[in-house]
Amino acid sequence: MKQLVVISGKGGTGKTILAASFAALSHNPVMADCDVDAADLHLLLQPTVIDRHQFSGGRYASVDETLCSRCGECRVRCRFDAIGEDFVVDPVSCEGCAFCHFVCPVKAIEMRERTSGEWFVSETRFGPMVHAQLGIAEENSGKLVSVVKRRAKEIAESQKRDWVIVDGAPGIGCPVIASLSGADCALVVTEPTLSSLHDADRVIGVARHFNVPVKLVINKYDLNLEMAAEVEAYCKIGNIPFVGRIGFHESVVGAAVEGKTIVEHSNGRARLEVEAVWSTLEKEQRP
Amino acid sequence: MILSIASGKGGTGKTTVATALALSLGENVQLLDCDVEEPNAHIFVTVKLYKHVRICVPVPDIDKQKCDFCGRCQEVCSFNAIAVLKDDVLVFKELCHGCGSCSFLCPRAAIGEIDKEIGCVEAGAFEAGTFEIHASQTRTLQTGGRDGLAFVHGRLNVGQAMSPPLIRAVKQHGDRTRTVIVDAPPGTSCPATEAVRGSDFCLLVTEPTPFGLHDLALAVGALKKLEIPFAVVINRSGLGDGKVDDYCQQRGIPILMRIPFKREIAMAYSEGISIVEAMPEYKAEFQKLIESIERILVATHPE
Repeated sequence: MKQLVVISGKGGTGKTILAASFAALSHNPVMADCDVDAADLHLLLQPTVIDRHQFSGGRYASVDETLCSRCGECRVRCRFDAIGEDFVVDPVSCEGCAFCHFVCPVKAIEMRERTSGEWFVSETRFGPMVHAQLGIAEENSGKLVSVVKRRAKEIAESQKRDWVIVDGAPGIGCPVIASLSGADCALVVTEPTLSSLHDADRVIGVARHFNVPVKLVINKYDLNLEMAAEVEAYCKIGNIPFVGRIGFHESVVGAAVEGKTIVEHSNGRARLEVEAVWSTLEKEQRP
Repeated sequence: MILSIASGKGGTGKTTVATALALSLGENVQLLDCDVEEPNAHIFVTVKLYKHVRICVPVPDIDKQKCDFCGRCQEVCSFNAIAVLKDDVLVFKELCHGCGSCSFLCPRAAIGEIDKEIGCVEAGAFEAGTFEIHASQTRTLQTGGRDGLAFVHGRLNVGQAMSPPLIRAVKQHGDRTRTVIVDAPPGTSCPATEAVRGSDFCLLVTEPTPFGLHDLALAVGALKKLEIPFAVVINRSGLGDGKVDDYCQQRGIPILMRIPFKREIAMAYSEGISIVEAMPEYKAEFQKLIESIERILVATHPE
C-alpha cells in the first residue's frame, strides 16, 4: 500500500480535482480528505456516510461565576488574552492550556471538552473515503487530519488496497505537516504563476524536512507558457521529479459543476493529460 | 478601519483583491499580509523591507540539576509536550503552545523558558513611484507616515506547525488611523480566525464553482460566529454556475464586485502584476468597492 498526498502550498491550484481523478484511475484506492478546514473532495465523490464520529480536539476553560472571587490571577497568567475583564472566557481565544485552572485559588475554573468537529467513513463509487469537517472557527485541525489519515490507512491495510490518496490542505502549517506523516510521495500541484512557484518551494521544503519524497505537476500550464517553463527549470535545478503538465480546460470547471471527476466528464485533452500524469506516478511508485 | 480579505477556499483571489485595494487607495493605507504560511502580497506590490524581527515562542528549558523528576510538568501540560522519565525530561518543542504552565507550576523552580524561533515579521514601505493616484501625479507616498510601516508580512519558518502567534505579531503593527487591509490565509480554522479577528469588515472572495460556494458558506459561518460584518466579491465571474449568486441573494449578502475570468487577468497575475497595473481601469472599481464598504459601515454604525 502506498500513500500519495496531494499538496500545493498555494490554494486553488487543483489539488482536489486531481486527487478525485486519481481516485477514479487507481484500481482500489482509499481516499482521505485531509483539508478538514474546507473539505471539498466530497463534492466530486458524493460519499454515502456509513459511520460518523465526534471529534474532540481539545478543551476550553470555563469560569464558574458563583465561585469566582475576581482576584484576576487567571487573567494575569493567561498568555492568550482569553479571559475578559468580566471573567468570561472567549472560547475562540482559549488554547485549552489549563494554566488558569491550575492557578485559580478558589478552584472556580474547570476545563470542558470541546467538540471541534466530526469525521466520517463513507463509501464512494471508487472505494472507501474518510473525511471530516472541522467545526467553524475551531482549532486542532492537525489532530483531526491525523485521525482521518490513520483510519484511511487502517482501511487500506485491512482491505488490502493499493493506494491511500490524500487530498491535502493549502499552506505549510499543522494540517499539512500532519497529512505528510508516513506518506510515500507528496505530489505538489503548481500553476504557472510566481505565487504558486513561491509557495510550492516552501511546501517542498516542508516535505523534505519530514523526509517525504516530492514530485511536481503543473496544472493550467498554458495560462503562461514562460512561467510553466520556469517551473520546470526549477524542478531540474532542485532535482524534483516532474510528472507532467495539464492545460487549462473550461471542461474541468464543467466537471466540478456536475460533481464529476475530469476522467468521467471528458474524453478530451484534459482527460488524456490527467491519465498521463497518473500513469507516470503509478509506474514510479510500483515496488 | 480594518478590512480583512478572506475566503474559505484557497486560490480564489484574496491577494489579488488585497493588493489591488492597497494600490488603488494610495493614501493612508496599510497592507498586512497575514497568510504567514504562504505570503504572496509582496509579489504584487513593490516594497522596500527595512525591518526584520525574529518571532519566537517560549518553550520550557529544564534545569536538570534542580529537577527531581516529580512529573508535575508532564501532568499540567495539556499538549503532551513534556515527558518525564525516571532520570530525564523530554521536551517536544513542536507540540508546545508556550502557555508557561510548566515553568510557573514546577515545585522546584527547575523550568525556565527559552525562545524558539517560528518565523519572522518583515515590514517596510511601498516604494515611491509605485502609487499612481492620478495618471499624471505620481506621489511619494507611504515612505514617510507615522512609522513608515505601510507594508507588513510574516513568514513562518519551514517545518513549523503553528502560525497563530506569528499572525498576532503581524497584526500588532496594525495602525487604525489608516485603512488597514489584512490579507488572510484560507480556511476557517485558527489561522484564518486569528487573521480576521478584530476586523471592522471582511470581504469574502469566492469563485462561482461548487468548491467556491461550499467554502464560502463555511467562511460565512465563521464570520457570523465572530460577529464581523461581511460582503462578497466574486472572482473569475463567468466560469462555473450561478449558485453563489443564488446563495448570496437568498441570505441578503451583498455582492460588491465581480472580477471577470479573462486570460489577460490570469496572465498578469501569473507574472506578479497587479490587476490594477495591468488594467488601470480597475482602479476606479476598487475605489468604488471601498466606498461601498464605507457606506455599509456608516449605515450600520451611524456614529
